[in-house]
Amino acid sequence: MADIQFQSLEELADRRKSWIERVPPVYWAVGIILLILPSFASSFVLSQVFAWSFILGMIALSLMLLAGYGGMVSLVQMTIAGVAGYMMAIFGDSAVTTISQGWPWFVSIPLSLIIACLFATAVGWLAVRTEGIYPIMITLAIAAAFFYFTRQNYDIFNGYSGFNGVMPPRLFGVDWRQPAAFYYLCLFWAALSYGFVLYLSRAPFGLALQGVRDNPRRMAALGFNVVAHRVAAYSVAAVIAGLGGILLTWQSAQISPGTVGISPAIDILVIAVVGGLAHPAGAFIGAFLFVLLETFAIDVLVVLGLSGDRFQLLIGLGFLLIVYFSPDGLLGLWKRLMEWRAQDPLTSRIGDDR
Amino acid sequence: MGRKAGVPGQILGSMSSPSGACPRAVKRFANAHPWWAAILAALALILIWMIFAIWPEWLVDLIGRKKIFLSALFNGITLGGLYFLVASGFTLIFGLMRNVNLAHGSLYLLGGYVGYFFAAWTGLWLLSFVAAFVVVGLFGVALQLIVFRRMEGQDLRQTLVTIGISIVLADLMLWVFGGDFYNIATPSWLSGPLETFFVTSVRRSGDLVYLKYPMVRIVIFAAAVVVGVAMWLVLNRTRVGMLVRAGVDDRDMLSATGARIQLVFLGVFAFGAGLAGVAGVVGGTFQSLAPGEDIRFLLASLVVVIVGGMGSIPGAAIGALIVGLAEQFGSVYFPTYAVVLTFVIMVVVLAFRPQGLLGAR
Repeated sequence: MADIQFQSLEELADRRKSWIERVPPVYWAVGIILLILPSFASSFVLSQVFAWSFILGMIALSLMLLAGYGGMVSLVQMTIAGVAGYMMAIFGDSAVTTISQGWPWFVSIPLSLIIACLFATAVGWLAVRTEGIYPIMITLAIAAAFFYFTRQNYDIFNGYSGFNGVMPPRLFGVDWRQPAAFYYLCLFWAALSYGFVLYLSRAPFGLALQGVRDNPRRMAALGFNVVAHRVAAYSVAAVIAGLGGILLTWQSAQISPGTVGISPAIDILVIAVVGGLAHPAGAFIGAFLFVLLETFAIDVLVVLGLSGDRFQLLIGLGFLLIVYFSPDGLLGLWKRLMEWRAQDPLTSRIGDDR
Repeated sequence: MGRKAGVPGQILGSMSSPSGACPRAVKRFANAHPWWAAILAALALILIWMIFAIWPEWLVDLIGRKKIFLSALFNGITLGGLYFLVASGFTLIFGLMRNVNLAHGSLYLLGGYVGYFFAAWTGLWLLSFVAAFVVVGLFGVALQLIVFRRMEGQDLRQTLVTIGISIVLADLMLWVFGGDFYNIATPSWLSGPLETFFVTSVRRSGDLVYLKYPMVRIVIFAAAVVVGVAMWLVLNRTRVGMLVRAGVDDRDMLSATGARIQLVFLGVFAFGAGLAGVAGVVGGTFQSLAPGEDIRFLLASLVVVIVGGMGSIPGAAIGALIVGLAEQFGSVYFPTYAVVLTFVIMVVVLAFRPQGLLGAR
């Protein structure tokens, strides 16, 4: 009891501070490092490591929103990102001029996001009709269907080769293809989505979603429309995934069926689960680790005397170990480590004696 | 996870009895949905006519020669048999343990490789089925003991672990067996076509041309039917089957009555995994084995089980038939989107009957 009172007093004292004081020091440190990074990092590190981490992190964040707050694991988030990327290539500019419409960015970007959102809403409507493990299977099957469809369809999706030469628009006199500019673009949207998801988790909709996750029957009895909340979560997550998809298309300047295949879809799940589904930060931590592994694992494997082809094995084993020993990911591991350190060795009670 | 207690064996056994209950079930269906029953009966009659009649000119002009139609039909049915072998193990494991084993496709591929090397080593095609069943079944036992038993009741974690296992297995198999295509040789007594009694066309001279069909496919389909019927008999007529059905309906109650549920779990997992291994040998015989086939068959069994209804063996049979036919007819009559067609069927079923065609809620 005393502990609880103490905590609430501390919280009260916390509330009296201004909002700048309330931002945890970790945020300041990470924020400042990320902001000044382009001054000393190479352009390869900027666009191939950090920008890519932010993009994958955003797509994983959309999965974290669904799985962490909504309790719905979806394997279709990469597909939704792919839909937005494809629409961007179709409505905007690409090297495939016979299909690309070449509309200006202020039409093509919102249109891509809206279509991705509609697609996700339809998928969500199908997936939330079932419960438990079924949505994973249904979303996996839809992801596979979309992959095969884009590979076969040449009229709209340009089949096997997809679209290349999809460039970000020149805006405000900045060439967004430049590594530093693209890095800031990704950082901006990643930070914005991160803040948005944090905000959403405390907003009425997010709270209701977490209620639906914990006890759908009680929420229904309280008058909440369970199905509508779940479908809406899919739609909201689709905006984040769609933004990530557009950035992903610009980052590699191309989109093809390989981008939306089954193994990228599973990669997103791996990223979100390894990072931890309990907090939005997990998605970005997982993405950063994944990108580091993907970029440097081959060198490490070669040093260890194995062939660089065994990259998937490394990813799979790492994922397996994390899921087997710490189901709440690296964040959960960290939390348990902190709790273990804060534990009193005699009474084994958590909490320090201030 | 809340589950409803019903009549024992409601999920696994419904609509499946070969003799007594079947007309009753048909009668009940006809009474409940007279229009659907009429449409289905009309379609069945048209199908029978299309199989046995000599096609008139206008029909040939409309959809092509009868031979193409018949071989698509038979290929679809035999492919359905293969899908049934893979998916029935998947659905049995799910029905009893509520465990979605996303490594099921990897078990299929592993069984195929084991069968290939066993057959190449000994030259005994029939024994390679036993080898694949035993090896993959033992692998399933190890999975159940090491992995699933430790996280019982944590559905999501189990599913994630199986994804991890499938990634690791896929890469290990790529490492060991390489990216080549493997094809298990058919024994000589099974190779070659069999002349069936289905007429495909009439020659000018008046002779009837009969359909020739690969012997091995017919044998394998017959084997799938035998496996399906045997499974049904074991589930509905033996003590072990009774335990399994009771476990499907209420796992906790069964263990409270003193049944050794862990042993039942172990047996079902081993059997389901072994069946996937056997299916791998079948698939390696009339298709080929290569990296990526694991995902293909995982997806096929997912769709089969979603369409048929999770945990239902008759549902798996119907789903497998539908998916196999859709794939074959799709690849013959509209080749571009054949792959997508099965998923369209899945979406339609989900939209109107989320629990699957024969799924119990």
